[in-house]
Amino acid sequence: MMDTELKRAILIDHYQKPHNHGLVEDARYKMKHQASSSCIDDIKVQLDIEGDIVKDVRFDGVGCTISTASTSIFSDLIKGKKRAEALEMIEQYYRLLKGEAGDYEDLEEAQAFETLYAQPNRVKCGLIGVEAMEELIRESYEK
Amino acid sequence: MFDVEKIRNDFPMIRNHPEIIYFDSAATAYKPQPVIDAVADFYNYRTVNVHRGDYPLSFEASRLYEDTRKVMKKFINARSEKEIVLTYGATSGLNIVAYSYGHFNLKEGDVVLTSYLEHASDILPWFKTCEMTGAKIEYVPLTEDGHLTVENFEKAMHEGVKVVALTFVSNVLGYELPVKEICRIAHSYGAIVAIDGAQAVPHAIVDVQDLDCDFLAFSSHKMCGPSGAGVLYGKYELLDKMNAFLFGGGANARFDKEGNIILKEAPYKFEAGTPNIEGTLGMKAAAEYLMNIGMENIVAYDRELQKYFSEKMLALDNIEYYNPKADVGLVTFNVKGIFAQDAASYLAANRIDVRSGNHCAKILWNAIGATETLRASLYLYNTKAEIDRFIEVLRDITLEKCVGVLL
Ligand SMILES: Cc1ncc(COP(=O)(O)O)c(C=O)c1O
Repeated sequence: MMDTELKRAILIDHYQKPHNHGLVEDARYKMKHQASSSCIDDIKVQLDIEGDIVKDVRFDGVGCTISTASTSIFSDLIKGKKRAEALEMIEQYYRLLKGEAGDYEDLEEAQAFETLYAQPNRVKCGLIGVEAMEELIRESYEK
Repeated sequence: MFDVEKIRNDFPMIRNHPEIIYFDSAATAYKPQPVIDAVADFYNYRTVNVHRGDYPLSFEASRLYEDTRKVMKKFINARSEKEIVLTYGATSGLNIVAYSYGHFNLKEGDVVLTSYLEHASDILPWFKTCEMTGAKIEYVPLTEDGHLTVENFEKAMHEGVKVVALTFVSNVLGYELPVKEICRIAHSYGAIVAIDGAQAVPHAIVDVQDLDCDFLAFSSHKMCGPSGAGVLYGKYELLDKMNAFLFGGGANARFDKEGNIILKEAPYKFEAGTPNIEGTLGMKAAAEYLMNIGMENIVAYDRELQKYFSEKMLALDNIEYYNPKADVGLVTFNVKGIFAQDAASYLAANRIDVRSGNHCAKILWNAIGATETLRASLYLYNTKAEIDRFIEVLRDITLEKCVGVLL
Protein backbone atom coordinates (compact mmCIF):
# COMPACT_ATOMS: atom_id res chain seq x y z
CA MET A 1 0.00 0.00 0.00
CA MET A 2 1.09 3.51 -0.76
CA ASP A 3 1.52 5.88 2.16
CA THR A 4 -1.61 7.99 2.78
CA GLU A 5 0.27 11.26 3.00
CA LEU A 6 2.03 10.53 -0.26
CA LYS A 7 -1.29 9.73 -1.94
CA ARG A 8 -2.81 12.93 -0.64
CA ALA A 9 0.13 14.96 -1.93
CA ILE A 10 -0.01 13.34 -5.36
CA LEU A 11 -3.73 14.02 -5.78
CA ILE A 12 -3.58 17.61 -4.62
CA ASP A 13 -0.54 18.28 -6.75
CA HIS A 14 -2.13 16.97 -9.92
CA TYR A 15 -5.43 18.66 -9.14
CA GLN A 16 -3.93 22.07 -8.53
CA LYS A 17 -1.24 21.88 -11.22
CA PRO A 18 -2.42 19.32 -13.75
CA HIS A 19 0.19 18.11 -16.22
CA ASN A 20 -0.35 18.26 -19.98
CA HIS A 21 -3.19 20.66 -19.39
CA GLY A 22 -4.64 22.82 -22.15
CA LEU A 23 -5.68 21.71 -25.63
CA VAL A 24 -3.75 22.37 -28.80
CA GLU A 25 -4.92 23.19 -32.30
CA ASP A 26 -3.10 20.67 -34.39
CA ALA A 27 -4.58 18.24 -36.92
CA ARG A 28 -2.32 15.43 -35.70
CA TYR A 29 -4.23 15.30 -32.42
CA LYS A 30 -7.47 13.37 -32.18
CA MET A 31 -9.91 14.46 -29.53
CA LYS A 32 -12.56 12.86 -27.28
CA HIS A 33 -15.08 14.82 -25.28
CA GLN A 34 -16.19 12.96 -22.18
CA ALA A 35 -19.15 14.38 -20.31
CA SER A 36 -20.38 12.29 -17.45
CA SER A 37 -24.14 11.81 -17.40
CA SER A 38 -24.27 11.35 -13.66
CA CYS A 39 -21.96 14.12 -12.48
CA ILE A 40 -20.60 17.38 -13.75
CA ASP A 41 -17.20 16.28 -14.94
CA ASP A 42 -16.72 17.40 -18.49
CA ILE A 43 -13.30 16.68 -19.93
CA LYS A 44 -11.70 16.83 -23.36
CA VAL A 45 -8.68 14.64 -24.10
CA GLN A 46 -6.35 14.89 -27.12
CA LEU A 47 -3.87 12.25 -28.26
CA ASP A 48 -1.19 12.56 -30.87
CA ILE A 49 -0.42 9.02 -31.99
CA GLU A 50 2.40 8.67 -34.46
CA GLY A 51 3.01 5.19 -35.80
CA ASP A 52 2.80 2.91 -32.79
CA ILE A 53 3.73 5.58 -30.25
CA VAL A 54 1.56 7.83 -28.11
CA LYS A 55 3.61 10.96 -28.76
CA ASP A 56 1.60 13.44 -26.76
CA VAL A 57 -1.44 13.78 -24.50
CA ARG A 58 -3.35 16.97 -23.71
CA PHE A 59 -6.53 17.58 -21.75
CA ASP A 60 -8.78 20.30 -20.44
CA GLY A 61 -12.17 20.72 -18.80
CA VAL A 62 -14.02 20.92 -15.54
CA GLY A 63 -13.50 18.13 -13.10
CA CYS A 64 -13.24 17.11 -9.47
CA THR A 65 -9.96 16.16 -7.81
CA ILE A 66 -10.30 12.53 -8.83
CA SER A 67 -11.10 13.11 -12.50
CA THR A 68 -8.52 15.87 -12.90
CA ALA A 69 -5.75 14.04 -11.05
CA SER A 70 -6.37 10.68 -12.74
CA THR A 71 -6.38 12.25 -16.19
CA SER A 72 -3.24 14.22 -15.40
CA ILE A 73 -1.41 11.18 -13.99
CA PHE A 74 -2.33 9.03 -16.96
CA SER A 75 -1.31 11.69 -19.42
CA ASP A 76 2.19 11.36 -17.95
CA LEU A 77 2.04 7.57 -17.80
CA ILE A 78 1.16 6.83 -21.40
CA LYS A 79 3.10 9.60 -23.05
CA GLY A 80 5.91 8.10 -25.13
CA LYS A 81 4.61 4.55 -24.67
CA LYS A 82 3.78 2.07 -27.40
CA ARG A 83 0.04 1.73 -27.91
CA ALA A 84 -0.08 -1.84 -26.56
CA GLU A 85 1.87 -0.82 -23.45
CA ALA A 86 -0.45 2.09 -22.84
CA LEU A 87 -3.50 -0.16 -23.21
CA GLU A 88 -1.95 -2.68 -20.82
CA MET A 89 -1.51 0.05 -18.19
CA ILE A 90 -5.07 1.18 -18.68
CA GLU A 91 -6.28 -2.41 -18.21
CA GLN A 92 -4.22 -2.68 -15.02
CA TYR A 93 -5.72 0.56 -13.79
CA TYR A 94 -9.26 -0.75 -14.39
CA ARG A 95 -8.40 -3.78 -12.27
CA LEU A 96 -7.04 -1.49 -9.56
CA LEU A 97 -10.29 0.48 -9.53
CA LYS A 98 -12.23 -2.77 -9.14
CA GLY A 99 -10.23 -3.45 -6.01
CA GLU A 100 -8.56 -6.58 -7.45
CA ALA A 101 -5.39 -7.67 -5.68
CA GLY A 102 -2.23 -7.51 -7.74
CA ASP A 103 1.06 -5.82 -8.37
CA TYR A 104 0.47 -2.29 -9.57
CA GLU A 105 4.03 -0.93 -9.41
CA ASP A 106 3.90 -0.02 -13.11
CA LEU A 107 1.07 2.39 -12.46
CA GLU A 108 3.40 4.60 -10.42
CA GLU A 109 1.43 7.61 -9.13
CA ALA A 110 -1.87 6.11 -10.24
CA GLN A 111 -1.50 3.74 -7.30
CA ALA A 112 -2.85 6.67 -5.30
CA PHE A 113 -6.28 5.42 -6.43
CA GLU A 114 -5.83 1.96 -4.88
CA THR A 115 -8.68 2.47 -2.40
CA LEU A 116 -11.03 4.38 -4.65
CA TYR A 117 -13.05 1.20 -5.21
CA ALA A 118 -14.37 1.71 -1.68
CA GLN A 119 -16.25 4.82 -2.90
CA PRO A 120 -18.40 3.33 -5.66
CA ASN A 121 -20.01 6.68 -6.52
CA ARG A 122 -16.59 8.20 -7.22
CA VAL A 123 -15.05 5.40 -9.31
CA LYS A 124 -16.54 6.95 -12.45
CA CYS A 125 -14.58 10.14 -11.71
CA GLY A 126 -11.40 8.11 -11.90
CA LEU A 127 -12.41 6.65 -15.25
CA ILE A 128 -13.61 9.58 -17.27
CA GLY A 129 -10.29 10.79 -18.73
CA VAL A 130 -8.61 7.40 -18.90
CA GLU A 131 -11.49 5.90 -20.84
CA ALA A 132 -11.14 8.69 -23.37
CA MET A 133 -7.47 7.78 -23.78
CA GLU A 134 -8.34 4.12 -24.24
CA GLU A 135 -10.93 4.89 -26.89
CA LEU A 136 -8.58 7.19 -28.80
CA ILE A 137 -5.88 4.51 -28.84
CA ARG A 138 -8.32 1.81 -29.96
CA GLU A 139 -9.69 4.02 -32.71
CA SER A 140 -6.15 4.62 -33.97
CA TYR A 141 -5.95 0.92 -34.92
CA GLU A 142 -8.99 1.22 -37.12
CA LYS A 143 -7.32 3.39 -39.71
CA MET B 1 -47.38 25.21 18.43
CA PHE B 2 -44.66 23.91 16.15
CA ASP B 3 -42.72 21.30 18.07
CA VAL B 4 -39.87 20.03 15.93
CA GLU B 5 -38.91 17.27 18.38
CA LYS B 6 -42.41 15.89 18.21
CA ILE B 7 -42.34 16.11 14.43
CA ARG B 8 -39.00 14.30 14.29
CA ASN B 9 -40.59 11.42 16.18
CA ASP B 10 -43.05 10.96 13.35
CA PHE B 11 -40.26 10.14 10.89
CA PRO B 12 -38.80 6.62 11.12
CA MET B 13 -35.86 7.63 8.91
CA ILE B 14 -34.75 10.01 11.64
CA ARG B 15 -35.14 7.36 14.34
CA ASN B 16 -33.40 4.73 12.24
CA HIS B 17 -30.56 7.01 11.16
CA PRO B 18 -29.96 9.41 14.03
CA GLU B 19 -26.36 9.77 12.78
CA ILE B 20 -27.38 11.36 9.46
CA ILE B 21 -28.10 15.03 8.90
CA TYR B 22 -30.40 14.94 5.91
CA PHE B 23 -30.15 18.20 3.97
CA ASP B 24 -31.49 16.98 0.65
CA SER B 25 -35.23 17.32 1.04
CA ALA B 26 -35.53 19.33 -2.17
CA ALA B 27 -34.60 16.07 -3.90
CA THR B 28 -37.04 14.01 -1.87
CA ALA B 29 -38.52 14.34 1.61
CA TYR B 30 -38.60 11.83 4.43
CA LYS B 31 -41.96 10.14 5.07
CA PRO B 32 -43.86 10.34 8.36
CA GLN B 33 -45.50 7.29 9.96
CA PRO B 34 -49.08 8.10 8.81
CA VAL B 35 -47.90 8.06 5.18
CA ILE B 36 -46.15 4.74 5.68
CA ASP B 37 -49.27 3.39 7.43
CA ALA B 38 -51.50 4.47 4.56
CA VAL B 39 -49.34 2.63 2.05
CA ALA B 40 -49.07 -0.45 4.29
CA ASP B 41 -52.81 -0.38 4.95
CA PHE B 42 -53.45 -0.73 1.24
CA TYR B 43 -51.04 -3.66 1.01
CA ASN B 44 -52.25 -5.35 4.18
CA TYR B 45 -55.99 -4.85 3.95
CA ARG B 46 -57.13 -3.44 0.61
CA THR B 47 -55.06 -4.73 -2.28
CA VAL B 48 -57.56 -4.52 -5.11
CA ASN B 49 -57.78 -2.40 -8.22
CA VAL B 50 -59.83 0.77 -8.25
CA HIS B 51 -62.80 1.63 -10.43
CA ARG B 52 -63.63 -1.96 -11.30
CA GLY B 53 -64.78 -5.10 -9.55
CA ASP B 54 -68.16 -5.66 -8.00
CA TYR B 55 -67.01 -6.57 -4.53
CA PRO B 56 -66.99 -4.52 -1.35
CA LEU B 57 -63.23 -4.06 -1.06
CA SER B 58 -63.05 -2.57 -4.54
CA PHE B 59 -65.73 -0.04 -3.64
CA GLU B 60 -63.87 0.77 -0.48
CA ALA B 61 -60.51 1.18 -2.22
CA SER B 62 -62.10 3.32 -4.95
CA ARG B 63 -63.76 5.52 -2.38
CA LEU B 64 -60.50 6.06 -0.48
CA TYR B 65 -58.68 6.70 -3.72
CA GLU B 66 -61.26 9.21 -4.95
CA ASP B 67 -61.19 10.90 -1.55
CA THR B 68 -57.65 11.94 -2.41
CA ARG B 69 -59.08 14.50 -4.82
CA LYS B 70 -61.03 16.12 -1.99
CA VAL B 71 -57.98 16.33 0.22
CA MET B 72 -55.75 17.67 -2.55
CA LYS B 73 -58.44 20.14 -3.59
CA LYS B 74 -58.44 21.47 -0.06
CA PHE B 75 -54.66 21.44 0.11
CA ILE B 76 -54.26 23.84 -2.83
CA ASN B 77 -57.74 25.40 -2.61
CA ALA B 78 -59.00 24.31 -6.02
CA ARG B 79 -62.63 25.04 -6.90
CA SER B 80 -63.60 21.46 -7.50
CA GLU B 81 -62.29 17.91 -7.20
CA LYS B 82 -62.70 17.67 -10.95
CA GLU B 83 -59.71 19.98 -11.29
CA ILE B 84 -57.42 17.47 -9.58
CA VAL B 85 -55.76 15.09 -12.05
CA LEU B 86 -53.92 12.31 -10.22
CA THR B 87 -50.55 11.79 -11.89
CA TYR B 88 -47.20 10.11 -11.37
CA GLY B 89 -45.50 13.31 -10.26
CA ALA B 90 -44.57 16.81 -11.39
CA THR B 91 -42.82 15.56 -14.51
CA SER B 92 -45.86 13.66 -15.71
CA GLY B 93 -48.16 16.61 -14.95
CA LEU B 94 -45.94 19.06 -16.81
CA ASN B 95 -45.77 16.73 -19.80
CA ILE B 96 -49.56 16.48 -19.88
CA VAL B 97 -49.79 20.27 -20.10
CA ALA B 98 -47.08 20.59 -22.76
CA TYR B 99 -48.67 17.85 -24.84
CA SER B 100 -52.40 17.95 -24.24
CA TYR B 101 -52.59 21.72 -24.09
CA GLY B 102 -49.48 22.81 -25.98
CA HIS B 103 -49.64 20.57 -29.03
CA PHE B 104 -53.25 21.42 -29.73
CA ASN B 105 -53.19 25.13 -29.00
CA LEU B 106 -49.83 26.40 -30.21
CA LYS B 107 -48.99 27.16 -33.81
CA GLU B 108 -46.02 28.39 -35.77
CA GLY B 109 -44.64 31.64 -34.41
CA ASP B 110 -46.42 31.46 -31.04
CA VAL B 111 -44.21 31.95 -28.02
CA VAL B 112 -43.75 29.93 -24.83
CA LEU B 113 -42.27 32.28 -22.26
CA THR B 114 -40.13 30.63 -19.61
CA SER B 115 -36.89 31.22 -17.65
CA TYR B 116 -33.39 29.94 -16.96
CA LEU B 117 -34.56 28.84 -13.54
CA GLU B 118 -36.53 25.91 -14.86
CA HIS B 119 -35.91 22.31 -13.94
CA ALA B 120 -35.45 19.99 -16.92
CA SER B 121 -38.96 18.63 -16.30
CA ASP B 122 -40.47 22.04 -16.91
CA ILE B 123 -38.52 22.94 -20.01
CA LEU B 124 -37.76 19.82 -22.05
CA PRO B 125 -41.50 19.11 -22.61
CA TRP B 126 -41.87 22.66 -23.98
CA PHE B 127 -38.81 22.28 -26.22
CA LYS B 128 -40.50 19.22 -27.73
CA THR B 129 -43.85 20.94 -28.08
CA CYS B 130 -42.15 23.84 -29.85
CA GLU B 131 -40.34 21.44 -32.15
CA MET B 132 -43.67 19.83 -33.11
CA THR B 133 -45.73 22.99 -33.46
CA GLY B 134 -43.25 25.58 -34.71
CA ALA B 135 -43.77 27.70 -31.63
CA LYS B 136 -40.65 29.18 -30.03
CA ILE B 137 -39.19 29.59 -26.57
CA GLU B 138 -38.33 32.95 -25.04
CA TYR B 139 -36.76 33.59 -21.64
CA VAL B 140 -37.60 36.22 -19.08
CA PRO B 141 -34.24 37.81 -18.18
CA LEU B 142 -33.19 37.26 -14.57
CA THR B 143 -31.60 39.86 -12.33
CA GLU B 144 -27.94 39.53 -11.50
CA ASP B 145 -28.62 37.40 -8.42
CA GLY B 146 -31.07 35.14 -10.27
CA HIS B 147 -34.42 36.73 -9.38
CA LEU B 148 -37.31 36.88 -11.79
CA THR B 149 -39.02 40.20 -11.14
CA VAL B 150 -42.45 41.47 -12.09
CA GLU B 151 -40.81 44.30 -14.07
CA ASN B 152 -38.70 41.92 -16.15
CA PHE B 153 -41.67 39.69 -16.70
CA GLU B 154 -43.82 42.57 -17.81
CA LYS B 155 -41.16 43.68 -20.28
CA ALA B 156 -40.77 40.18 -21.71
CA MET B 157 -44.53 39.69 -22.16
CA HIS B 158 -46.12 40.47 -25.53
CA GLU B 159 -49.07 39.55 -27.74
CA GLY B 160 -47.26 36.56 -29.26
CA VAL B 161 -46.87 34.78 -25.92
CA LYS B 162 -49.52 32.06 -25.62
CA VAL B 163 -48.10 30.04 -22.75
CA VAL B 164 -46.12 31.14 -19.71
CA ALA B 165 -44.30 28.16 -18.20
CA LEU B 166 -42.52 28.95 -14.95
CA THR B 167 -41.51 27.38 -11.71
CA PHE B 168 -43.02 28.75 -8.50
CA VAL B 169 -39.91 28.20 -6.41
CA SER B 170 -36.48 27.63 -7.95
CA ASN B 171 -34.98 24.30 -6.95
CA VAL B 172 -31.49 25.78 -7.22
CA LEU B 173 -31.81 29.20 -5.62
CA GLY B 174 -34.95 28.83 -3.51
CA TYR B 175 -36.46 32.07 -4.76
CA GLU B 176 -40.22 32.36 -4.94
CA LEU B 177 -41.52 33.90 -8.14
CA PRO B 178 -44.27 36.53 -8.06
CA VAL B 179 -46.74 34.08 -9.57
CA LYS B 180 -49.87 36.01 -8.73
CA GLU B 181 -48.71 39.14 -10.60
CA ILE B 182 -47.35 36.99 -13.41
CA CYS B 183 -50.77 35.40 -13.86
CA ARG B 184 -52.52 38.76 -13.86
CA ILE B 185 -50.19 40.19 -16.49
CA ALA B 186 -50.16 37.04 -18.65
CA HIS B 187 -53.96 36.84 -18.60
CA SER B 188 -54.24 40.46 -19.70
CA TYR B 189 -52.48 39.31 -22.89
CA GLY B 190 -54.67 36.23 -23.20
CA ALA B 191 -51.86 33.79 -22.37
CA ILE B 192 -52.28 30.84 -20.04
CA VAL B 193 -49.90 30.16 -17.14
CA ALA B 194 -48.56 26.69 -16.32
CA ILE B 195 -46.72 26.51 -13.01
CA ASP B 196 -44.19 23.93 -11.86
CA GLY B 197 -45.11 23.64 -8.20
CA ALA B 198 -42.72 20.81 -7.30
CA GLN B 199 -40.69 22.93 -4.85
CA ALA B 200 -43.40 25.43 -3.89
CA VAL B 201 -46.21 23.15 -2.75
CA PRO B 202 -44.14 21.61 0.09
CA HIS B 203 -42.71 24.96 1.20
CA ALA B 204 -45.30 27.66 0.60
CA ILE B 205 -49.00 28.26 0.98
CA VAL B 206 -50.30 27.57 -2.49
CA ASP B 207 -53.81 28.76 -3.23
CA VAL B 208 -54.58 28.22 -6.90
CA GLN B 209 -57.69 30.39 -6.84
CA ASP B 210 -55.83 33.30 -5.33
CA LEU B 211 -52.91 32.86 -7.74
CA ASP B 212 -55.30 32.32 -10.64
CA CYS B 213 -52.79 30.05 -12.44
CA ASP B 214 -54.21 27.83 -15.17
CA PHE B 215 -52.14 24.75 -14.37
CA LEU B 216 -50.03 23.66 -11.41
CA ALA B 217 -48.11 20.40 -11.29
CA PHE B 218 -46.42 18.89 -8.23
CA SER B 219 -45.04 15.68 -6.77
CA SER B 220 -46.06 13.75 -3.70
CA HIS B 221 -42.54 12.68 -2.77
CA LYS B 222 -41.28 16.19 -2.08
CA MET B 223 -44.13 16.81 0.37
CA CYS B 224 -43.51 13.72 2.52
CA GLY B 225 -45.58 11.37 0.39
CA PRO B 226 -44.52 8.36 -1.68
CA SER B 227 -42.72 8.78 -4.98
CA GLY B 228 -44.43 8.12 -8.29
CA ALA B 229 -47.57 10.06 -7.40
CA GLY B 230 -48.59 13.65 -7.84
CA VAL B 231 -51.21 16.13 -8.91
CA LEU B 232 -51.87 18.21 -11.95
CA TYR B 233 -54.28 20.99 -11.13
CA GLY B 234 -55.99 22.58 -14.12
CA LYS B 235 -58.87 24.98 -14.48
CA TYR B 236 -61.79 22.80 -15.41
CA GLU B 237 -62.76 24.71 -18.54
CA LEU B 238 -59.25 24.05 -19.88
CA LEU B 239 -59.06 20.41 -18.81
CA ASP B 240 -62.48 19.86 -20.30
CA LYS B 241 -61.34 20.92 -23.77
CA MET B 242 -58.03 19.09 -23.75
CA ASN B 243 -57.10 15.84 -25.39
CA ALA B 244 -55.68 12.99 -23.33
CA PHE B 245 -51.94 12.32 -23.08
CA LEU B 246 -51.92 8.59 -22.39
CA PHE B 247 -54.70 6.48 -23.88
CA GLY B 248 -55.95 3.24 -22.41
CA GLY B 249 -58.08 1.53 -19.82
CA GLY B 250 -59.94 3.57 -17.27
CA ALA B 251 -59.87 6.80 -19.30
CA ASN B 252 -62.35 5.94 -22.05
CA ALA B 253 -66.09 5.62 -21.84
CA ARG B 254 -66.39 3.50 -24.96
CA PHE B 255 -64.63 2.73 -28.23
CA ASP B 256 -65.31 0.65 -31.34
CA LYS B 257 -63.33 -1.34 -33.87
CA GLU B 258 -63.12 1.60 -36.26
CA GLY B 259 -61.06 3.45 -33.65
CA ASN B 260 -63.70 5.87 -32.46
CA ILE B 261 -62.96 6.71 -28.86
CA ILE B 262 -65.18 8.53 -26.46
CA LEU B 263 -63.06 9.67 -23.57
CA LYS B 264 -64.32 10.02 -20.04
CA GLU B 265 -64.64 13.49 -18.62
CA ALA B 266 -61.78 15.34 -17.00
CA PRO B 267 -59.97 14.53 -14.79
CA TYR B 268 -60.48 10.82 -15.59
CA LYS B 269 -59.58 11.12 -19.26
CA PHE B 270 -56.01 11.94 -18.18
CA GLU B 271 -55.72 8.87 -15.99
CA ALA B 272 -55.42 5.88 -18.32
CA GLY B 273 -53.96 2.74 -16.81
CA THR B 274 -53.97 1.41 -13.27
CA PRO B 275 -52.74 4.31 -11.17
CA ASN B 276 -50.22 4.28 -8.36
CA ILE B 277 -53.01 3.55 -5.88
CA GLU B 278 -50.91 3.09 -2.77
CA GLY B 279 -48.73 6.07 -3.66
CA THR B 280 -51.80 8.22 -4.13
CA LEU B 281 -53.25 7.08 -0.80
CA GLY B 282 -49.90 7.92 0.77
CA MET B 283 -49.98 11.37 -0.85
CA LYS B 284 -53.39 11.94 0.65
CA ALA B 285 -52.02 11.02 4.07
CA ALA B 286 -49.07 13.36 3.49
CA ALA B 287 -51.32 16.31 2.63
CA GLU B 288 -53.43 15.59 5.72
CA TYR B 289 -50.28 15.35 7.83
CA LEU B 290 -49.00 18.71 6.59
CA MET B 291 -52.42 20.35 6.99
CA ASN B 292 -52.69 19.02 10.55
CA ILE B 293 -49.44 20.70 11.45
CA GLY B 294 -50.58 23.72 9.45
CA MET B 295 -48.84 24.91 6.32
CA GLU B 296 -48.57 28.38 7.85
CA ASN B 297 -46.57 26.89 10.75
CA ILE B 298 -44.39 24.89 8.39
CA VAL B 299 -43.73 27.95 6.25
CA ALA B 300 -42.90 30.07 9.30
CA TYR B 301 -40.46 27.46 10.60
CA ASP B 302 -38.91 27.05 7.15
CA ARG B 303 -38.30 30.82 6.96
CA GLU B 304 -36.87 30.83 10.47
CA LEU B 305 -34.40 28.08 9.54
CA GLN B 306 -33.53 29.89 6.31
CA LYS B 307 -32.73 33.08 8.20
CA TYR B 308 -30.67 31.28 10.84
CA PHE B 309 -28.82 29.29 8.19
CA SER B 310 -28.07 32.24 5.92
CA GLU B 311 -26.66 34.35 8.76
CA LYS B 312 -24.26 31.54 9.66
CA MET B 313 -23.29 31.02 6.04
CA LEU B 314 -22.57 34.69 5.51
CA ALA B 315 -20.15 34.60 8.45
CA LEU B 316 -17.97 31.97 6.74
CA ASP B 317 -15.20 33.34 4.56
CA ASN B 318 -14.23 30.12 2.77
CA ILE B 319 -17.62 29.89 1.09
CA GLU B 320 -19.14 31.24 -2.09
CA TYR B 321 -22.79 31.60 -1.10
CA TYR B 322 -25.22 32.25 -3.96
CA ASN B 323 -28.65 32.75 -2.41
CA PRO B 324 -28.68 34.49 0.98
CA LYS B 325 -32.09 35.90 0.02
CA ALA B 326 -33.74 32.53 -0.61
CA ASP B 327 -37.42 32.36 0.32
CA VAL B 328 -37.26 28.73 1.43
CA GLY B 329 -34.79 26.71 3.49
CA LEU B 330 -32.38 26.07 0.67
CA VAL B 331 -28.72 27.05 0.65
CA THR B 332 -26.65 26.96 -2.53
CA PHE B 333 -22.91 27.40 -2.30
CA ASN B 334 -19.40 26.35 -3.16
CA VAL B 335 -16.33 25.99 -1.00
CA LYS B 336 -13.61 28.18 -2.44
CA GLY B 337 -10.97 26.10 -4.21
CA ILE B 338 -12.82 22.81 -3.78
CA PHE B 339 -14.87 21.15 -6.48
CA ALA B 340 -18.52 20.69 -5.47
CA GLN B 341 -18.46 16.93 -5.62
CA ASP B 342 -15.32 16.69 -3.52
CA ALA B 343 -16.90 18.87 -0.86
CA ALA B 344 -20.08 16.77 -0.98
CA SER B 345 -18.04 13.59 -0.46
CA TYR B 346 -16.40 15.18 2.57
CA LEU B 347 -19.75 16.25 4.02
CA ALA B 348 -21.05 12.73 3.37
CA ALA B 349 -18.07 11.29 5.24
CA ASN B 350 -19.25 13.48 8.12
CA ARG B 351 -22.77 12.06 7.73
CA ILE B 352 -24.23 15.20 6.22
CA ASP B 353 -26.18 14.46 3.07
CA VAL B 354 -26.33 17.25 0.51
CA ARG B 355 -26.55 17.34 -3.23
CA SER B 356 -23.83 18.44 -5.63
CA GLY B 357 -24.20 19.12 -9.31
CA ASN B 358 -26.26 21.31 -11.56
CA HIS B 359 -29.58 20.18 -10.07
CA CYS B 360 -31.23 19.53 -13.45
CA ALA B 361 -31.21 23.26 -14.20
CA LYS B 362 -28.46 23.15 -16.76
CA ILE B 363 -29.09 26.56 -18.25
CA LEU B 364 -29.21 28.56 -15.04
CA TRP B 365 -25.43 28.67 -14.89
CA ASN B 366 -25.34 31.26 -17.58
CA ALA B 367 -26.97 33.45 -14.99
CA ILE B 368 -25.05 32.81 -11.78
CA GLY B 369 -21.71 31.90 -13.29
CA ALA B 370 -20.99 28.59 -11.61
CA THR B 371 -21.42 25.29 -13.42
CA GLU B 372 -21.90 23.22 -10.32
CA THR B 373 -22.81 23.88 -6.72
CA LEU B 374 -23.66 22.23 -3.47
CA ARG B 375 -27.22 22.50 -2.27
CA ALA B 376 -28.38 21.99 1.30
CA SER B 377 -32.17 21.90 1.45
CA LEU B 378 -34.24 21.67 4.60
CA TYR B 379 -37.70 20.66 5.64
CA LEU B 380 -39.92 20.70 8.68
CA TYR B 381 -37.96 18.00 10.53
CA ASN B 382 -34.57 19.76 10.36
CA THR B 383 -33.20 21.68 13.33
CA LYS B 384 -30.93 24.58 14.19
CA ALA B 385 -28.63 22.12 15.93
CA GLU B 386 -28.17 20.35 12.59
CA ILE B 387 -27.37 23.67 10.94
CA ASP B 388 -24.80 24.36 13.68
CA ARG B 389 -23.13 21.03 13.06
CA PHE B 390 -23.14 21.63 9.32
CA ILE B 391 -21.50 25.04 9.75
CA GLU B 392 -18.89 23.54 12.07
CA VAL B 393 -17.90 20.96 9.45
CA LEU B 394 -17.93 23.53 6.68
CA ARG B 395 -15.76 25.95 8.63
CA ASP B 396 -12.96 23.41 8.91
CA ILE B 397 -13.16 21.96 5.42
CA THR B 398 -9.92 21.89 3.43
CA LEU B 399 -8.85 20.36 0.15
CA GLU B 400 -6.53 18.06 2.11
CA LYS B 401 -9.43 16.75 4.17
CA CYS B 402 -11.63 16.31 1.10
CA VAL B 403 -8.95 14.28 -0.62
CA GLY B 404 -8.37 12.41 2.63
CA VAL B 405 -11.81 10.80 2.59
CA LEU B 406 -11.00 9.31 -0.82
CA LEU B 407 -7.79 7.61 0.28
C1 LIG C 1 -38.59 22.49 -9.64
C2 LIG C 1 -38.78 21.06 -9.96
N1 LIG C 1 -39.59 20.72 -10.97
C3 LIG C 1 -39.82 19.45 -11.30
C4 LIG C 1 -39.22 18.41 -10.63
C5 LIG C 1 -39.48 17.01 -11.07
O1 LIG C 1 -40.20 16.31 -10.12
P1 LIG C 1 -40.43 14.74 -10.25
O2 LIG C 1 -39.08 14.14 -10.50
O3 LIG C 1 -40.99 14.35 -8.94
O4 LIG C 1 -41.36 14.51 -11.38
C6 LIG C 1 -38.35 18.71 -9.58
C7 LIG C 1 -37.67 17.61 -8.85
O5 LIG C 1 -36.48 17.52 -8.74
C8 LIG C 1 -38.13 20.06 -9.24
O6 LIG C 1 -37.30 20.39 -8.24
